[in-house]
Amino acid sequence: MAVNYDELRKRANDIRIDVIKSIHQAGSGHPGGSLSAADMMAVLFFHEMNIDPKNPKMPSRDKFVLSKGHAAPVLYATLAEKGFFTKEDLMSLRKLGSKLQGHPDMKKLPGVEMSTGSLGQGLSTAVGMALAAKLDGNPGRVYAMIGDGELQEGIVWEAMMAAAHYKLDNLTVLVDWNGIQIDGRNDDIMCISPVDEKIRSFCWETAVIDGHDVKSIAEALEKAGNFKGKPYAIIAKTIKGKGVSFMEDTNAWHGKAPDFEQARQAVAELGGEW
Amino acid sequence: MADKIATRKAYGETLAALGADNNNIVVLDADLSGSTMTKLFAKENPDRFFNVGIAEQNLYGIAAGMAASGKTVFASTFAIFATGRAFEIIRNSIGYPHANVKICATHAGVTVGEDGGSHQSIEDIALMRTIPGMTVICPADAVSTENLIKAVAEMDGPAYVRLGRSAVPVLYREEDSIEIGKAVTLREGKDFTVIATGIMVNEALTAAEALAEQGLDIRVIDMHTIKPIDEAAIIKAGKETKGIITAEEHTVMGGLGSAVAEVVVRNCPVPMDFIGIKDMFGQSGKPAELLKEYNLTAEDIKASVLRMFNQIKA
Repeated sequence: MAVNYDELRKRANDIRIDVIKSIHQAGSGHPGGSLSAADMMAVLFFHEMNIDPKNPKMPSRDKFVLSKGHAAPVLYATLAEKGFFTKEDLMSLRKLGSKLQGHPDMKKLPGVEMSTGSLGQGLSTAVGMALAAKLDGNPGRVYAMIGDGELQEGIVWEAMMAAAHYKLDNLTVLVDWNGIQIDGRNDDIMCISPVDEKIRSFCWETAVIDGHDVKSIAEALEKAGNFKGKPYAIIAKTIKGKGVSFMEDTNAWHGKAPDFEQARQAVAELGGEW
Repeated sequence: MADKIATRKAYGETLAALGADNNNIVVLDADLSGSTMTKLFAKENPDRFFNVGIAEQNLYGIAAGMAASGKTVFASTFAIFATGRAFEIIRNSIGYPHANVKICATHAGVTVGEDGGSHQSIEDIALMRTIPGMTVICPADAVSTENLIKAVAEMDGPAYVRLGRSAVPVLYREEDSIEIGKAVTLREGKDFTVIATGIMVNEALTAAEALAEQGLDIRVIDMHTIKPIDEAAIIKAGKETKGIITAEEHTVMGGLGSAVAEVVVRNCPVPMDFIGIKDMFGQSGKPAELLKEYNLTAEDIKASVLRMFNQIKA
């Protein structure tokens, strides 16, 4: 089946616009790490994954865990775009009583496979899901997205060891490698390089790709899906804040909401309507 | 009735039997299967047993993921590592989503013995109690362990079960009914009440026998479920007896004693005393020596009752 890459690019763009709008409405949130992941989210949810918003619990479904849970806005925007809930719901992000909590809550929101937010734990739970799927002979695949700063958490490496030990080739991890965390660049704060070699040394198969090229993302996911015997990590080079000029490649927009003027400008840059 | 069986052994045997009948149960361990007795399940059901190695945080993360996939998960290690090292994983990945994971942790308290203070969890009940939606259980003997493990497998949601290393006397008969959340009054009494948990239940019974000879009629309650705590049993004791002493192989801060006091103060304020570890770390020694060293014996319970009796008289 031919992939409509333009369609995927449009999806990613729409997701970005909703990320900006919802975070602005909320008055808080994490735009930088949400925007850097948008292209991967579009490819996952509109091309790669076997999921059905009308049947969110179907047993053979693919599962996605956002281990970098602070990027909840990009997950929510993607789920809304996919039809798990409405775009109006998106604007309730972080409000008291909302299904859209500051970090994803599986008890409140359909489409969320695991409550995350405390870094590293999502990956560990994804390993559990993949292990259960293997045990059951369930064809559903597990995808987990982790951040680069998140690689500093020890549990990530415990999870990686276990995934390799149990030969979880039904697990694909995407590393959103935008190079920046809260206090600055990863390698200035606590050097994580070389990421590719580190993960390979834990007996995983890896690929390094341009995390903003939907074709590369789709092709890497296909390779990962066919790879047998080892779990697979797609290390996606991205730009934090991608798509909004003043948010790009800086830690300043890790966890800050744009004000009205900034949000309006961001949406305009993305070609959207306010 | 003269048998002594470790609660961890009863756990291992019960789990192995449950696993044979229910193939939705999976068991995880962190390189301590030989000690926690999950090895018994592993032997019977090897395809549903997973060792994660010395990685307790990952142990409970994987447990959460398997539970989210519909499994009934039992995940074991020593109490200190489960509730200490993995606390936040239990809190955020198991507690917060109310996952169907049963945290069955062994080697709790000072009776761990010679391994010493680093391995003796004296704070696990307090820690687990603070997690919303967590059921917290500390069985006193092998029979109640079997009952409660079966009950925990049936219930939906997270539970913490505290198990010990040492062989302990059997207190219950096979036919006794032991339910989560329902304290058992093992000895009726109208003077003072001792509410105990775990190994201290037997100590409380011994103290009650000794005190009977001195004309004091002591009620002994096995509070095996610390959360949800049996408030009715506590209030009844507060209304019907003159004082309550709690006894646990645990710090006096935040565990059974505190949980009981929270009920007593609001409903039936009576004098209370707390038998437990007085804000100190454990150390190496033989289990029996350590119980003496930390004032966790029948003698200590008896002395506390007599003190309270004398104070009230005065």
